Amino acid sequence: MNFDSLLWVLLLGSLLGLELIGKVPPTLHTPLMSGANAISGITMLAALTAIIKAEPNSPLLIIGSISLGFALFNVVGGFFVTDRMLAMFSRKPTKNNK
Amino acid sequence: MNLPDIIKFVIDLLAVLLLALGIKGLSKVRSAREANILAAFAMLLSVVGLLSYYLGTSGISAQSWAWIIVGSLVGSLLGTLLAKKVPMTSMPETVALFNGFGGMSSLLVAIGAFLFPFNEVAKAGSLEPFINDASISVSIFVGAITFSGSIVAMAKLQGWLSTPGWTQVKARHFVNVVFGVTSLVAFIYLISGNISSIWLLVIASTLLGIGVTLPIGGADMPVVISLLNSYSGIAAAAAGFVVDSQLLIVAGAMVGAAGLILTQVMCKGMNRSLVSVLFGGSLSAQTTTSSGSGEYTNITSCSVEECALTLEAANRVIVVPGYGLAVAQAQHTLREVTKKLEQNGIEVVYAIHPVAGRMPGHMNVLLAEADVPYEQLKEMDVVNPEFPATDVVLVLGANDVVNPQAKNDKSSPLYGMPVLDVQEARTVFVIKRGMSAGYSGIKNDLFDLPNTSMVFGDAKKVLSELIGELKDLGVGDK
Repeated sequence: MNFDSLLWVLLLGSLLGLELIGKVPPTLHTPLMSGANAISGITMLAALTAIIKAEPNSPLLIIGSISLGFALFNVVGGFFVTDRMLAMFSRKPTKNNK
Repeated sequence: MNLPDIIKFVIDLLAVLLLALGIKGLSKVRSAREANILAAFAMLLSVVGLLSYYLGTSGISAQSWAWIIVGSLVGSLLGTLLAKKVPMTSMPETVALFNGFGGMSSLLVAIGAFLFPFNEVAKAGSLEPFINDASISVSIFVGAITFSGSIVAMAKLQGWLSTPGWTQVKARHFVNVVFGVTSLVAFIYLISGNISSIWLLVIASTLLGIGVTLPIGGADMPVVISLLNSYSGIAAAAAGFVVDSQLLIVAGAMVGAAGLILTQVMCKGMNRSLVSVLFGGSLSAQTTTSSGSGEYTNITSCSVEECALTLEAANRVIVVPGYGLAVAQAQHTLREVTKKLEQNGIEVVYAIHPVAGRMPGHMNVLLAEADVPYEQLKEMDVVNPEFPATDVVLVLGANDVVNPQAKNDKSSPLYGMPVLDVQEARTVFVIKRGMSAGYSGIKNDLFDLPNTSMVFGDAKKVLSELIGELKDLGVGDK
């Protein structure tokens, strides 16, 4: 991929992000932030690439592995914690509308 | 294009689509939970896509597999453990910690890519080495700021770090400029081939992250976390340039942009601009000497019993929860009180200020945990006109968000911040541990008003006593 097409990707991705969320109810600010945060752990792909492309016995293996650990901590933990928050909202009203 | 390329291309496209749908769905109550799972699935898909691509092309060595498995297992297990164990009250600092680790990941992978280049090195003379080094530098810079800033934010929210007065001196801007300029110099050295300046860049940007976050007061913390979250997206996008991955760039850019929007929404809720949050320093430290502070002259305190009697006679009660409720872990006790009132035919509503607690939506999460029906939570704009027709307001551990100064006193640092007009109600009970000031450190004029009574004590203790009193009065016994 050459640089200018990657720049296009960056530009369009940013525009998409700007458009994706318009009105967010305050209830969802924390979960949305937490969910988006989990997605930012996508750098795990960079870590994976580094490990796969590393020469045998290169210190890059270790650096990549630590980086992967941090990223997955962010991703897995982030999604679980978001789910925990959202699970509490989905226990919907019914019982108090007697 | 051969087969592995095509497969990866299709999987990447699908993953981007699902991630976009995920972010979109997360901003709507009805679809939020499914959207979160969808996004998680998209992430898994992207990993599968990447692994299958390399399996189909260069192959993955046994050694690489070993390091992949070790890294993923340790990271996932620890992340899951924390996510499952952390109490709902400390959500904000948990998000900050996760975010910081995401930044750390980008930082590490960029350092690795710089010290041990693994991409096909382009021919000298072309632009590519320059672009490669520049992306690495941006990734290091943003990653380090995200990491150190998030860790400081977490430590402050946890109460491990306070906002000492010396962080408010004007010279801090100068110090931060020095860190910023140093980063820039290191950046220039780095792209001109001076390898050792990478460490200067790491150190300077880490210090910059600390220097910018440290002076920011607790009430502004949510905005900072949201902004740092946006940064971690940018760090991921920069890492995407390093490893030449469109998926990484799109996902990173989406998170970065969506994070910015969310930050903006939060700033609006507090009536502050992003600039004043970032560079204005902490409200409390600025205002210790200015107006606003002053002595209380007309404090009425009352017993739990009086409070119970007034509640029993009410038709309509509004509860204003704040950070104090979260600290006291009193949400379940509160729910018991309001259940009793409801059984007596009293209408109970919760007024949610956009920045009550330490993070937007903090109170919603907390009350949802205690099974408070969703539609009883009302946003500020909806609930404000309802206060005059309300008999009793219970203010639980909230302070600045109910300070009438924000409306009346032009000299107040809070002036202009939207607040809940609780003083319009017939009676206001403020349940509070003592007369200490709120997060802003500003005197609360509400406490001096004739229709305000203070009930001193820990929120949980007062509420459980209140349950007892209500029981004695026969409230809620069918």
